[in-house]
Amino acid sequence: MQQDRIRNFSIIAHIDHGKSTLADRILELTHTVSGREMREQVLDSMELERERGITIKAQAVRVAWKGYELNLIDTPGHVDFTYEVSRSLQACEGALLVVDAAQGIQAQTLANAYLAIENNLEIVAVVNKIDLPQADPDRVAAELADLIGEDPERVLRISAKTGEGVAEVLDAVVERVPAPAGDPAAPPRALVFDSSYDQYRGVVAFVRTVDGSFTPRERLTSMATGTRFEAEELGFFAPTMRAADGLGAGEVGYIITGLKDVARLRVGETLTSGATPASEPLPGYKDVKPMVFAGLFPTDSDEYPELRDALEKLKLNDASLAYEPETSQALGFGFRCGFLGLLHMEIVRERLEREFDLDLLVTAPTVAYRVLRPTGELIEVHNPAEMPREVERIEEPYINSDVIVPKDYVGSVMELCNERRGRFDQMEYLSEDRVLLKYELPLAEIVLDFYDQLKSRTRGYASFDYDFAGFREGELTRVDILIAGEPVDALSLIIHRDGAYARGRALVERLREEIPRQMFDVPVQAAIGSRVIARETIKAKRKDVLAKCYGGDITRKRKLLERQKAGKKRMKQVGAVEVPQEAFLAVLNLDGERR
Amino acid sequence: MSGHVRHLYLHLPFCAHRCGYCDFVTIVGGSEHGAYVDGLLAELQLERASLHVELDTIFLGGGTPTFTEPRALERLLRALPAAREVTVEANPETVTPELASLLVDYGVNRVSLGAQSFQSHVLRTLERVAGPDDVRRAVYALRVANVDNLSLDLIYGVPGQSPSDLEADLREALVLEPEHLSCYELEAKPGTRFTHAHGSELLRQADAMEGYFEQVVRQLTAAGYRWYETANFCLTGERAHGRDLRAQHNLGYWSGRDYLGLGIGAVSTIDGERRRNTPRLAVYLRSLADGRRPPRDLEALTAEVRKRERVMLGLRLDEPLVLEGMEDAVDLEAARRLERSGLTRLGGTAATLALTRRGRFLGGGVTAQLLV
Repeated sequence: MQQDRIRNFSIIAHIDHGKSTLADRILELTHTVSGREMREQVLDSMELERERGITIKAQAVRVAWKGYELNLIDTPGHVDFTYEVSRSLQACEGALLVVDAAQGIQAQTLANAYLAIENNLEIVAVVNKIDLPQADPDRVAAELADLIGEDPERVLRISAKTGEGVAEVLDAVVERVPAPAGDPAAPPRALVFDSSYDQYRGVVAFVRTVDGSFTPRERLTSMATGTRFEAEELGFFAPTMRAADGLGAGEVGYIITGLKDVARLRVGETLTSGATPASEPLPGYKDVKPMVFAGLFPTDSDEYPELRDALEKLKLNDASLAYEPETSQALGFGFRCGFLGLLHMEIVRERLEREFDLDLLVTAPTVAYRVLRPTGELIEVHNPAEMPREVERIEEPYINSDVIVPKDYVGSVMELCNERRGRFDQMEYLSEDRVLLKYELPLAEIVLDFYDQLKSRTRGYASFDYDFAGFREGELTRVDILIAGEPVDALSLIIHRDGAYARGRALVERLREEIPRQMFDVPVQAAIGSRVIARETIKAKRKDVLAKCYGGDITRKRKLLERQKAGKKRMKQVGAVEVPQEAFLAVLNLDGERR
Repeated sequence: MSGHVRHLYLHLPFCAHRCGYCDFVTIVGGSEHGAYVDGLLAELQLERASLHVELDTIFLGGGTPTFTEPRALERLLRALPAAREVTVEANPETVTPELASLLVDYGVNRVSLGAQSFQSHVLRTLERVAGPDDVRRAVYALRVANVDNLSLDLIYGVPGQSPSDLEADLREALVLEPEHLSCYELEAKPGTRFTHAHGSELLRQADAMEGYFEQVVRQLTAAGYRWYETANFCLTGERAHGRDLRAQHNLGYWSGRDYLGLGIGAVSTIDGERRRNTPRLAVYLRSLADGRRPPRDLEALTAEVRKRERVMLGLRLDEPLVLEGMEDAVDLEAARRLERSGLTRLGGTAATLALTRRGRFLGGGVTAQLLV
């Protein structure tokens, strides 16, 4: 295809604003899928994505429209995948910015719009769902136009559901989005904007050819990591895989690499020819680092090998998932896993439970801390139990956050952000009654229950997005939990000094409720170093004996005792105290935390 | 040829009424008392070879052995071999002067009386037939008949029983100067009529139960009784007049000695094998009428299991358990740990193991930790 007949674009939208429905209509209208093949949300191939209504992995579909080749590049819609979104956007020249005609601009809309602007994309503003009774297309069009500096008249008004205005959207893509500008004669360069793993064919790279062209069986090299492989097959999606003779400058498609590990071909990489390599990679490659960490333990310790295998398999398809073995005195063998964010964590957990049928215990999430030791050594700590006791300085990750709320809830949101050590940056009226609040917040304050709090304090009207802002020194401290004087590794936490007392107290009270009475008094304490900040006592049992035991009872009583003994084996021994796994669950489990 | 078993148990299942909390093998009323005694005697003949010529103890338990039709009971007692201790369980309302004489005439020298309580409302909750005065009358009748080894059973933890009710029960029992007392916490088995009726009340008083057990031990030991087994107390020293008033038959169980049990549902443990007779009366009677042993469940007790039982039972007693030969059944490290917590006492150079007073209240949990 001639370069000037190619248009590459993506759709960016807040969750539920109709991105997938619009994609479906486009596929129908361009006869890319027949009505018979059509099913809801064709692009979201994973079961989980369909259920959650979100898109995890970007994909690209080629459609034909009035003699043009249009490549629709789908983007993940969530903050955790900002880097992936940015790579997808880098593969495009234009973006449809879709906003719900009733709800208006949301925090994610903003974040994605800024990303698109940063990537120099032509933005086609679209107000969707104009068929809804509560739709207010004029107001929302005005908000949108204001956001991107556009004439409100140029904002398209459509209903992806009914199909109204969708043809005009495609026309606008052809008219307004520039054709790709690469040099077809230059040494080939292609941006890897996503990849997936196929059990038979290895890593499949989704690419945008920028310069030159690629052909099947060609030797290729990735310019950041130096991975070499042969392009086993090239092609595009329409919407299923169609092999092609080549991918020319400006085109979007896939390359089957035969590589056995997605980590060897990271998103953001530049591919070039092994024979005639380009001299410079495309800009913007970043090695994405996990920011949120949690321990994953099998509820049944016998399932450890299964968990290990499952993580290995997930990692094949998810280069941003990090894990390493972790041994906890309380929970046994498991893995400390690193995630891009909370949603990423939830997705991994659900996939492990659903696709691999594992029963998991997930410890309360924590963030990556940077610690300067008195020796001058700088280390990164992903697990509170590994926080050294002697530290010079602790730094924690901060985020810049955007919260959009109706003006009536501004007070509640400010209160929440202040409670969470937020630093107010900016407040801006997007329209008469909708306000954008900007706060700088420690990520650690977000990972626990910030979303839930935000939701409940704004009755679900707030939308939230964030961007990593860097590490800052904090007044952080390690709180240890001691049961009968023994510190329990899995329960240690790192927390701001101001919150240490309340949290320590809450944990200690919870444990007192959860740990059964023992044969002696058991103190449960929270401590900072050697200073106890909260204490509860589990009073000793006064009686634990079977009343009667005569000739006819002996077998039954013996079996009772053996069961009691077996029950003890299932308990975790902390010093002389037997703690049931459930007690740890109650304190550690993320769900328990939220409840 | 004679065997080595010196303890004989006979089960007499008949009762006037089945109390709601009871989970023993019982038969209400019954017209087959005579046929049943025939069955018992036939079974005794079949098992005789395992009995030693000189028996230590015989125990007639139930059911309500004294509810058995007197002629049938008499026939049974007459046919039994002699033993140093012959105990019969009795319910107060069945004890008449005539019955008392009958028992004594046929060699019964110990009676275990199911008093349970002296409070009318508690007895009603337990669905006992007897009232408080029946208990006193029964004791009087037995004393008149020269029964000089009398045990009273008491139950505590009954729904509606207050600490002062329990205090009164113990006080009134002590007035009767029994040689022996058994005090049981009410065990409400799941699924029984009783648990169904009183479950929520039992749950509510679960915490108070801890105090009840302590109260029983405190009050009875203060009155000079020896707390010789978890739930059993006996007179000691001068007041025992030189006699060992512990229940010798039960001491046989707790010391791991072999015993022969006859009757429906009865259990025997002989030569490393535990047998439980069928609980079904018709099946039992038919087998014995045919000259066959009744059907029974068998359980082979390995040396390891026998040791565990020795530890489990032995630690219920107030005398230290001799550890020789028990090394692989007892976790000595746990014993030392528990000793530091004030729950066990290792004697000699770990030659014996005993529970402290507090350890005995927690005997179940302590034993579970001590077993390997």
